[in-house]
This record gives sequence, C-alpha cells and structure tokens, in this order.
Amino acid sequence: MTATAVTRRQTAAPPAVRRSFIERRLAMIFLAPTVLGMALFTFLPIIGSLVLAFFRWDIISAPQFVGLDNFASLAGDPTVRVSFLNTIVFVIVAVALQLGIALSLASMLQGRMPSWLRVFLRSTFFFPLVLSAASVSIFMRYMFNEQFGVVNWLLSLIGIPAVPWLTSPVGSAAVVVLVYVWQNFGFSFLLFLGALTNIPKELHEAANLDGATGWKQFRHVTLPLISPTVLVASVMAIISALQVFDQPYVLTNGGPGDSTRTAVMVIFESAFQQLEFGRASAIGLVLTLLILAVTALQFRLSRRFVFYQ
Amino acid sequence: MSSQTLRSGTATGSPSTTTPTAPKAPGGRRLPAAGSVGRYVALAIAAVLTLGPVLWTLSTSLRTPSESFNLPPSFLPINPDFTAYQEVFKQINVGMLVLNSALVTGLIAVGQMASASLAGYAFARLDFRGKKAIFSLVLATMMVPVQVTIVPVFMLIRGMGLSDTLLALILPAIPTAFGTFLMRQYFLGLPNDFAEAASLDGAGPWRIFRSVYAPLAVPGMAIVGILAFNFHWNEFFRPLILTISEQNFTLPLGLVTLQGNLGTGSISVVLAGVILSMLPALVVFIFGQRTLREGLTAGASK
Repeated sequence: MTATAVTRRQTAAPPAVRRSFIERRLAMIFLAPTVLGMALFTFLPIIGSLVLAFFRWDIISAPQFVGLDNFASLAGDPTVRVSFLNTIVFVIVAVALQLGIALSLASMLQGRMPSWLRVFLRSTFFFPLVLSAASVSIFMRYMFNEQFGVVNWLLSLIGIPAVPWLTSPVGSAAVVVLVYVWQNFGFSFLLFLGALTNIPKELHEAANLDGATGWKQFRHVTLPLISPTVLVASVMAIISALQVFDQPYVLTNGGPGDSTRTAVMVIFESAFQQLEFGRASAIGLVLTLLILAVTALQFRLSRRFVFYQ
Repeated sequence: MSSQTLRSGTATGSPSTTTPTAPKAPGGRRLPAAGSVGRYVALAIAAVLTLGPVLWTLSTSLRTPSESFNLPPSFLPINPDFTAYQEVFKQINVGMLVLNSALVTGLIAVGQMASASLAGYAFARLDFRGKKAIFSLVLATMMVPVQVTIVPVFMLIRGMGLSDTLLALILPAIPTAFGTFLMRQYFLGLPNDFAEAASLDGAGPWRIFRSVYAPLAVPGMAIVGILAFNFHWNEFFRPLILTISEQNFTLPLGLVTLQGNLGTGSISVVLAGVILSMLPALVVFIFGQRTLREGLTAGASK
C-alpha cells in the first residue's frame, strides 16, 4: 500500500480496505487498556454495587438476600438521616461561599492592576488546590484548637472569648465548611477568571457609553455572558461537595455526636468498620442518584437560563 | 477567614465588591481611583487569609517541639529550629512513606499518560465501529463517584490477591476518563495534513501515531501527568481503605496517623511532616502551574 496506493488511489479498493482493517485492529489495541480497565474497575463494581445493595454481607459469612431491606432501613436510621441532611446543608453553604468568594475575587482581578500583582494573586488563590485535603485538615485542626489555636488567639485580640470550634456542633460544622472552602474556592476562581477574561473589552466600553456601570453592568452584561461558566462551576462544585470526606474525617471524625458526619463517611463506616457491605452499597446508590439528579438539573437549567453566544 | 466569607456569603450570585464603589465615578468614563482602594483591601484580606495558614504551618514547624503550641503564635520563621524535622524522621518512616507515595503517584501518572494517549488517539483519529457509543460510556464513568465503587473494588482487589499492596492503589486508577477526554481533544486539535503526508510516504496507521502524532501530543500528556500527580499525591480516601499495614501507607495517610499518635503533644513535629509532604506539590506549583491550570479548567470549557 505504498507507491501504488498513491497513483491509483481512486480505484484501489483493496489497499483502502486493508488500511481500514489495520486501523480497526489498531483502535482495538489502543482502546484495550482504558476500556478493559474501566470494565473491570468501574462497570463491574457498579453492577456489583447494584447487586450487593439487595444483600446482607459481612465478607465472612455467605451473602444473604434481603430484598429492599437495606434501602428501607436507611430511612429509619437516624445516623443516615442526619448525615444526608448534614451533607445537603454542607453543600448549600459551602458551594454558595465557594462560588461567591470565587466570583468576587475573579471580578476584582479584572480592573486595572499591575500585571505582577495579578499573577501573584492568581497564584495565591490557586495555591491551596495543590495541597492534600488531609494535610490541610491536619494543620487547620491545630489552628482551630480551642485552647492554643491561632484562630482563637486572633479572636482574643479583638476581645472575642474562646470559641469551642471543634467541640461544639455548630462550631465543628463551621470549621468543616471553612476548611473545605479555603481549599476549593481557587478552582471556581480559575473558571470564573477564564470566563471574565474572555469577555471582549468592547462590550464593557459599549455598556459604559450607555451609562450601564457598576452593578448594572455586572448584572446585565457580565453575568449573562459568563452564565455558562456559572452553571458549570456550580455543578462541579456541588458534585464534589456532595462527596466530602477527607476534611470531616480528619478534622472532627464526624463529631461531636453526628454533627459533621457526611454521607460518604457513613458509607465508609458501614462498609469498613461495621462490615455491612450491602448497606454501604445501598447508601452509595442513593448518593449516586443525588449526583445524577444534580447533573440532570444542570441540563434542564442550561436550556432555560443560560445565555449561549 | 471570617470577614471574607461573611462578605461573600451575603453576596452569593451577586458578587463583585468592586461594583458598589464604581457608580460613584463621574460619568463612568474614568475608572474610579477611590473604588480601587476597597478592591485592594479586599484582595489583600483574601490573600492573607489564603497564605496565612500556610505561613503559620511553616513557621510553627520551625519552632522547637516543646514550645510549638505556646502563644503568641509565630507567623514568620525568625529563629528557625529544625528539631521537629529530625523528630518526624524518628517518629515515622518518612522515607518509606515518600517512596510509597512516589511509586503510587508516578506509576499512576505514567500509566494514565500512556493509556489516555492511546485511547484518546483512537477516539480522535482512528475509524472503528461503535466509536460514539464507546466514547460516551467512557465519559459516563466520570459521573460515578469513587465512593460508590469502592466496596466492590475492595472486594475485587481481595479476589485478585492484591489487598494491602501498592498495586491495589495503582491499577484501578490507571484507566482515566478525563485524561482520555483531554487527549482526544488534543489529538483533534492537531492538523490532519501530517497524517496525509505520512501516509503518502508509506507510513501505516501505527507509524503515523508513533512517529508523527505521539511526539506532537507531549504537551497534552504533560497535562494528564500533572493532573494525575496532583490528585494522587494528595489522595486520602482510597489509601485509607485499600492499604492496611503501615509499610504500604502513603504520605497523607502516614501524617494523619502521626497526628493521631502525637495528638496535641508536639505540633511542630506533625507540621514538619505536613511541610515535607507539600514540597513536591510546591515543585509542581512553581514549574507546572500553567499546565495544571489548563488541565483543571479543561473539563469546564466544552
């Protein structure tokens, strides 16, 4: 299929057929590691999870079919109920803070500013993203310590008495939110920064000439233009917040009581501490449904509210 | 963190602290100088709140273990003391943790770069039946949270006789939907002419990939590799479940265990470990920030 294929490429069917055969075989080989890997480590486990959710199994004795018992018992289990409620409240508060902070900071970087400062600030807000959530939670746990923590020390300087951050239900929930947002706002910030930088300057100039400045301009010019990014950033933030684990596990281990226990912590505890693998799978499926619902909502909302150029 | 969060908390969806000051500008022509003071103050507060905890961690790790929890706290390492760094090496096997983390992260990164390049190339430039369907299936795996598959994966790993080995962490992490997506985009962005030219020169599909497109896709592979590094170096959930004995722990897991053992006894020792674990991330941050930024935001821009 070399020189001849070139000179007779209109009529030479055999080389083309042979070529496509080689190409198909090559495609199979190229796809094999990814596709077989996913079949083994993602699709098979999904099926496993679906099946397991209808069984009671502690790994040691034989699995026992229990029908919908695992799901039915979830609703009545106070720990599961509280942890899902915690997760939803956490998602609402953390995502609102994360997006609010990110969009504020990204807009503030838009105006005139020395470029070294812009680069410095962008790097600064990005920095927490490269740290591990476990490490961050380790040092934040010391910072929020009631007696010797630096946070309470700073508060004492302005006369605020020591706050029991990690030992009170509200305090510990607040710490989990703050630590999570501290580490993750940089991601939404990057998305917003990219979207804001892409808005053509002329649009702002035109708006200025029409007398639309400040908040008006933001509301009627900037926000519609970045609405696709706002939606994507919200959905990504919601999906990752729904899976929060590292921070509450290290900071509070779900406590005090169940006040910072999250859905994923209950999956972890059911499976690997109480050895109730079926139950853990059932909880995992409920969480997946939540995530799928958020994704489905994204598609519906994007048709109604998002302005595409 | 409080002043910043409070401000933005009330302004969800109604962001930009610059805006309230802007209308004061006469005519809206000139950018208001007074308005930018508020903007700079807000940005400065945000920067201090972002960097402050890291600086505190660094300077506290450089205090002597006995005085590390004394108040007032230290924010700048004025008289650095390295006792805590010697101590952390005695308390935990830092070398082994680093080696485990490096092995796991490195092999996952290399594995993802290779498998994602191959699959991405197949989706972008090769013709085969069922391409669309297979690609959708691959993308769909991005929506499945790891917590949902972890129980069956744990059992699968046990069944394969790999429980409590580093391979248990490495193998399941190599197939990457996001990496495949990125590499497909990357290959789609390369011009078609090269393939035609190479094919005229008699190169078969494999040669065209190996000698023409793969070398051009190195920047794309770098994005996949850096993303994999950043994610798996910091990963906590899977190592917590899939490793059992301390000799297979990765850094984050080892540090959490260290904090559990030392409690609030010698903060600086734990923080010294935290700082050590940050060093590779810092290297990525300094030398690969641009690549990492591109990779992180690539998923959002469709």
